[in-house]
Amino acid sequence: MDTKNIFSESGILITIFLIAIPIIVASLIFIAKSFSVINRYQKRKELKKFNEKLKSLTPAEIEKLELRKKELEFSLTNNELSGNATVKDSRGLIDKITNSEDLNFISIKKKSQPRPFIEPDLTKLVLWYLACAVFWLLFGTTVGEYLGIKFAAPDVEHLSWLSFGRLRPVHTNAVFWGWASLGMMGLGYYVVPRVSNVPVASIKQGYRSLILINASVILGSIFLMAGINNGGGEYREYIWPVMALFGIGVLLSLINFYKTIANRATKEIYVSNWYIVSAMMYVLVIAFVAYWPTWQNGLGETIVQGYYMHQGVGMWFMLFSLGLMYYFLPQQLNKPIYSYSLGILAFWTQILFYTLIGSHHFIFSAIPWWLQTVAIVGSVGMVIPVVAGTTNFLMTFKGAWHKLSSSYTLPFYLIGIIFYFTGSLQGTAEAFRFTNLVWHFTDFTVAHSHLTMYGIISFMLWAFIYTIVPRLTGKEPPQITVGAHFWLALIGLLFYTVPLMIGATLKGMMWMNGKPFIDSVQMMAPYWLWRAIGGTLMWISHIVFAYNFYIMVSRKDEIVIPETAPEILKAKELLEKEA
Amino acid sequence: MDFFDNHKKLFRSAFLLFVGLTLVVAIMPAINNQKNNAALPNAVPLSADAAAGKNIFIANGCVACHTQQVRNVDMDRMWGSRPSIAADYADNKRLDIWRNTATLMGSERTGPDLTNIGSRQPSVAWNLLHLYQPRAVVEQSIMPAYPWLFIVKDSVSKGETEVIVPDKFRKGITGKIVASKEALQLVAYLQSLKQTKLPDGKETPGFLYKKEVKAAAAANAKGGLPDGNVLYAANCQSCHQPNGEGLKGAFPPLKGSPIVNGDDLELYVNIIMKGYDARAEYAVMNAVGLDNNLSAEDITAIINHERTSWGNNAKPVTLEEVKKIYDFIKLTGK
Repeated sequence: MDTKNIFSESGILITIFLIAIPIIVASLIFIAKSFSVINRYQKRKELKKFNEKLKSLTPAEIEKLELRKKELEFSLTNNELSGNATVKDSRGLIDKITNSEDLNFISIKKKSQPRPFIEPDLTKLVLWYLACAVFWLLFGTTVGEYLGIKFAAPDVEHLSWLSFGRLRPVHTNAVFWGWASLGMMGLGYYVVPRVSNVPVASIKQGYRSLILINASVILGSIFLMAGINNGGGEYREYIWPVMALFGIGVLLSLINFYKTIANRATKEIYVSNWYIVSAMMYVLVIAFVAYWPTWQNGLGETIVQGYYMHQGVGMWFMLFSLGLMYYFLPQQLNKPIYSYSLGILAFWTQILFYTLIGSHHFIFSAIPWWLQTVAIVGSVGMVIPVVAGTTNFLMTFKGAWHKLSSSYTLPFYLIGIIFYFTGSLQGTAEAFRFTNLVWHFTDFTVAHSHLTMYGIISFMLWAFIYTIVPRLTGKEPPQITVGAHFWLALIGLLFYTVPLMIGATLKGMMWMNGKPFIDSVQMMAPYWLWRAIGGTLMWISHIVFAYNFYIMVSRKDEIVIPETAPEILKAKELLEKEA
Repeated sequence: MDFFDNHKKLFRSAFLLFVGLTLVVAIMPAINNQKNNAALPNAVPLSADAAAGKNIFIANGCVACHTQQVRNVDMDRMWGSRPSIAADYADNKRLDIWRNTATLMGSERTGPDLTNIGSRQPSVAWNLLHLYQPRAVVEQSIMPAYPWLFIVKDSVSKGETEVIVPDKFRKGITGKIVASKEALQLVAYLQSLKQTKLPDGKETPGFLYKKEVKAAAAANAKGGLPDGNVLYAANCQSCHQPNGEGLKGAFPPLKGSPIVNGDDLELYVNIIMKGYDARAEYAVMNAVGLDNNLSAEDITAIINHERTSWGNNAKPVTLEEVKKIYDFIKLTGK
């Protein structure tokens, strides 16, 4: 096989094209933001000039202005037609009354965050979930950062508990089961009752679930560092008693959500709930299949491993996050989702194709050839749900693009969606037999998993968290630190992944050309250094994010006084319940 | 539609669809594979020490960087003489009540594949030093060091294995560095990793994506021989080092070596092919040539590379000379 014409391989070309997309989008966002900064600067200059002019106004000019002001301020007394009768609104047409006299002194701006009334108990539960998630993000990525450093400095220390092989699963499992899973479930506790239009079935059950999952990640991390693991399958390194805690935790919340949906006040089940409930059912099935002992001898273990590691990503993280996206994106843009039926098509095709693709992690290995082919075909089939989902989200954005430059949450949404397209289709390209030849076993896999778990899942979770936490607490984070979080995370991710992908391609080609293995290790050194630099930027962005989260939740409670009639009645009802 | 508005029907269907697909793509193939597979008749089961070593290998997460699978593609030829087949893994069963089966196939090669490492690098001395400090033997290595598998003592008792660590890597340790039981078990496991020969008459599965350019490239090279520098790096360098100076107390220098620069070609080829254990001050050399299936062309290229590098300045040998000795060794075996 001629490896010199690598650029004529379709899989490689597709990947290059896909990687270009987020870079272009990031540049466009950057340009839009820069323009708005320049614009402001110019306006400010103009204002300065104008102020100079104001100082030198002649008395005649001032008189002219005052006359014009008087003319403009002319108004009727407002009761020319009604006389002295009392005003009534028997059809409820008017929902907000402001005194127009105030307008002359302070202009009232639209509140940036209209706050729905949410039960304080639920607010507290959601915030606890998110706070734990933030902790695991910090913990997990601190470990990840340290692992990245070890590539450049393998002799930094020699403690058995901190050696590379033991820490690597600590990193992956903490960000999977701690950060992403708890984050998604916390947001689920907000979304599921909201779209069912009833309170959540049991708050207590929510706390039990949270405690179990936290216990699982704490114990799991300690065991892994102590050298106790399940035998090597990626992402199922936790031994079964530890993973069982996680499973029971998810099960409790699943029952809780299911009951809430069963009690729903709406006739239809909103598509978010399809995704969320299915994701929770599936993760339990996946964990059961992965840990049940009777089909794990010999290659059975490998076949189950391929199924497990990919379904964990696709049917748990991806499915759950998409469900959240179907709620948050329309809500944030203040318009309905572009096509409900595309969402349903994406749902069923995702299940159909995604379930088949697990063994594409073992192409050319000893597992049956037909199973490898099924996995490749399924990977290509994934184009359908991915294109359907992306189209749906981007079309929902249509007509609302102008909101992008004035919002600090929408860039997170957009990047999440772009990476959803790029990362998922890159997975398809990687499954082709030739690209697999070049990239399998190299650092390309690491780059891909960060493009997806970080670019898709984490960016989406941040988008959702920045959307709802201010609504729950009434406090917004400083916009400058949110911006810092966004740019550090995005630039960090690109620094992390792009050099790693280039290095991995060179490494794969060296292997194909029969170069000594150690040469490929030496060749990777600068790319690993870039990875550590990108990883550091990402890690700093998480500290900024944790600070933002702290600002959003920890300041003194603002006292909320219900304003509208339904809110007042709901608050009264709650008060009576407490008494 | 009633179906979409009924949570029982909707979620039950979604659940059953997923479970159905799971059965077809995961559970049934897994059961089928474990039922219809058995280890090769001549496969050697792990010794007690090697099994204990495997547990240490698992506990330290070595699988994060080392695969144990030779794929049926040409580029994997350097990791074994044939592609791995299902039977190679058939003997892997659940480890104990807490831990699952560990086929350790892995998914990343940050380090080399270990399917056949027992044949490629059988030297105990090399493996122990490499575990204590990988950079003492392979300068560019980024593998973690495992000094906690070794004990520092004043004197070496009988039955203990001392590791000769170069001063640069002793880090102020003045005592003797002795391998712990765990380190020896881990090495025993690594030594046990050898590809089992297929029983006679069974066809060896081939490698895909063969390099077509190989023949053309070979013809262009000096005298039609492969690149000796590359072969040296892949097969010899980890002990004799890139500068040909070896490691004091472990691996002899090739720079200025009388065998390398001398005229006794038969001895020279014999050492490369069958290994060497004539000098007490150095570790035993394994049968590099036979273990790694090197051809007469490969051996000639390595010899000529060694005879003309690091200041060595001996006359190159011809393929014909080597081939005569090579064929005789092949005929008589080890």
